[in-house]
Amino acid sequence: MTIKWRDLSLTLLTYIIAILIFFPILWMVLTSFKTEADAFAFPPQLFFEPTLNNWRTALFDTPFLEHLINTLIITIGSTLLAISFGIPAAYALAYYPTKRSDFTLLWLMSTRMLPPVGIIIPIFIIFRDLGLRDTHLGLIIMYTAMNLPLVVWMMRSFFLDVPYEVLEAARIDGVSLWQEFRYVAVPLVMPGLFATLLLCMIFAWNEFFFAFNLTVTDAAPVSVYISSFKTAEGLFWAKMSAAATASVLPVVIAGWFAQRQLVQGLTMGAVK
Amino acid sequence: MQNVAVLERHEDPQPQTEDRRHLATIRRLLPTPTIVFMIIVTQLPLLVTLAYSLERWNLLRPDRRAFQGLSNYSKIITDPEFWTIIRNTLVLTISVVILTLVAGMILALLLNRNFIGRGIVRTLLITPFLLMPTVSAVLWKNVLFNPAFGLLAALFALLGLPRPDLLAEHPMISVIVIVVWQWTPFMMLILLAGLQSLAQDQVEAAQIDGGSPLAIFRHIVLPHLQRYIELAVLMETLFILSVFGVIFVTTSGGPGIQTTNLSYGIYQEAFQRWDIGGASALGVYAIILANIVMMLFVRVLRRGQNNGGSSA
Repeated sequence: MTIKWRDLSLTLLTYIIAILIFFPILWMVLTSFKTEADAFAFPPQLFFEPTLNNWRTALFDTPFLEHLINTLIITIGSTLLAISFGIPAAYALAYYPTKRSDFTLLWLMSTRMLPPVGIIIPIFIIFRDLGLRDTHLGLIIMYTAMNLPLVVWMMRSFFLDVPYEVLEAARIDGVSLWQEFRYVAVPLVMPGLFATLLLCMIFAWNEFFFAFNLTVTDAAPVSVYISSFKTAEGLFWAKMSAAATASVLPVVIAGWFAQRQLVQGLTMGAVK
Repeated sequence: MQNVAVLERHEDPQPQTEDRRHLATIRRLLPTPTIVFMIIVTQLPLLVTLAYSLERWNLLRPDRRAFQGLSNYSKIITDPEFWTIIRNTLVLTISVVILTLVAGMILALLLNRNFIGRGIVRTLLITPFLLMPTVSAVLWKNVLFNPAFGLLAALFALLGLPRPDLLAEHPMISVIVIVVWQWTPFMMLILLAGLQSLAQDQVEAAQIDGGSPLAIFRHIVLPHLQRYIELAVLMETLFILSVFGVIFVTTSGGPGIQTTNLSYGIYQEAFQRWDIGGASALGVYAIILANIVMMLFVRVLRRGQNNGGSSA
């Protein structure tokens, strides 16, 4: 009986903590449906007459959508590029390792851990001279570099999970390298590939440092647009909340579905 | 499989014919595009940063650009501001890592039980980590910390206390609170993965032997989690060393330089004062700092490999 009560109170505690931690986000979503007057009413209002006006204004009467499209282009472009470079590399490092493979893997990981400030200055100057500043291509290049080590490490660990007998059987049957890749390995790592794609997209979507320093307006993604609210005072909270909610929604939903894989991606596949 | 698996591999079957040897060459070329791309985008700029750091070069006075050896470096270490920035970086990083480790551990232990709604609770708890940092920062700055209309001000008013302006009065603590909120889910997720890979029969045997929960945690759970903790701490340290968005949005490094960390200091030096030489030298210091952490990280990974901690 006492154990049951202890269990119950621990569960209750867990609920309370979860709600407290999530509360700021819930409040942001609620605020996005308030009128501006309700949004900065004091004391804060939990109950109110919901309105969609802020969403309409934030989405259609501001440059929000242009920045969202920038984010989409950059996210999809960099993810596709990282996948197409990274998968062949992961495949070779998993199945056809050489003496240098371990070094290559650790070196790749070290590039992921490099502080962005260590390379931003030359990148800025080079981009300026090549006309890559404030272009989609510029950020696509940076995010591909950011996500490539992740793709290689994760996909390699998924390829290694493929039972070796399956591959061996295919090789004895004399399939070509392409067939082995396309019809044997890839179908077996599909869930892993999907998780890797999701993670690359989350990281590219949320990135701020390179975006902020390498774009001005034309190619600025939504993370940069949102940072312009840093000086927003009282009057625009509701619209700000609507834009902020809209800009995190796709990634939050993607992340909810990829919770388990999130761990793998964050540790480069070291923890499964 | 829940485990820590690094650097294991399948064996390469011996190529037997000319044909297969030819294939092997192709296979070994597959990583080349990745390697070339990463060298161009990350390693060459690193060398260029090193080269810039030896120059006197301000973009506002490009005519005065000249090689000047190590004087950027010596100028930086004799500047008391630099040591404040280093101290801020370490205070922010170390306190965030410790606080998220404690909070993440508590949450992981709470979630590592069977109860109704566990999936939903976990989903709610990871959400702060999925928000883009600029949204988190804007949200905390305006909705929670705002001294006039914020939720915390309301809470203080409710308790009959004066409404505080937390970002102005305790800027570093406020930044730490936001970053801890963002990064606790990271620790929680990795530690939870660690807890779930712990064989339950071991814990049950200890319970039957009358081990107290604290003793079980200390002698069974904690040793098992050690590698997960090391991994999470080192990964997080590297990310927190580079925190930028939250500081830019909430305090802009201020008041004064009270919340300026190395990343933000380099940004200001490079893109507000346009001192390319000085900022690059600062960048080199940041790389050295990150490398110290990284060396520890590689050592941990290598140890996992030698222990045979892999069986995936």
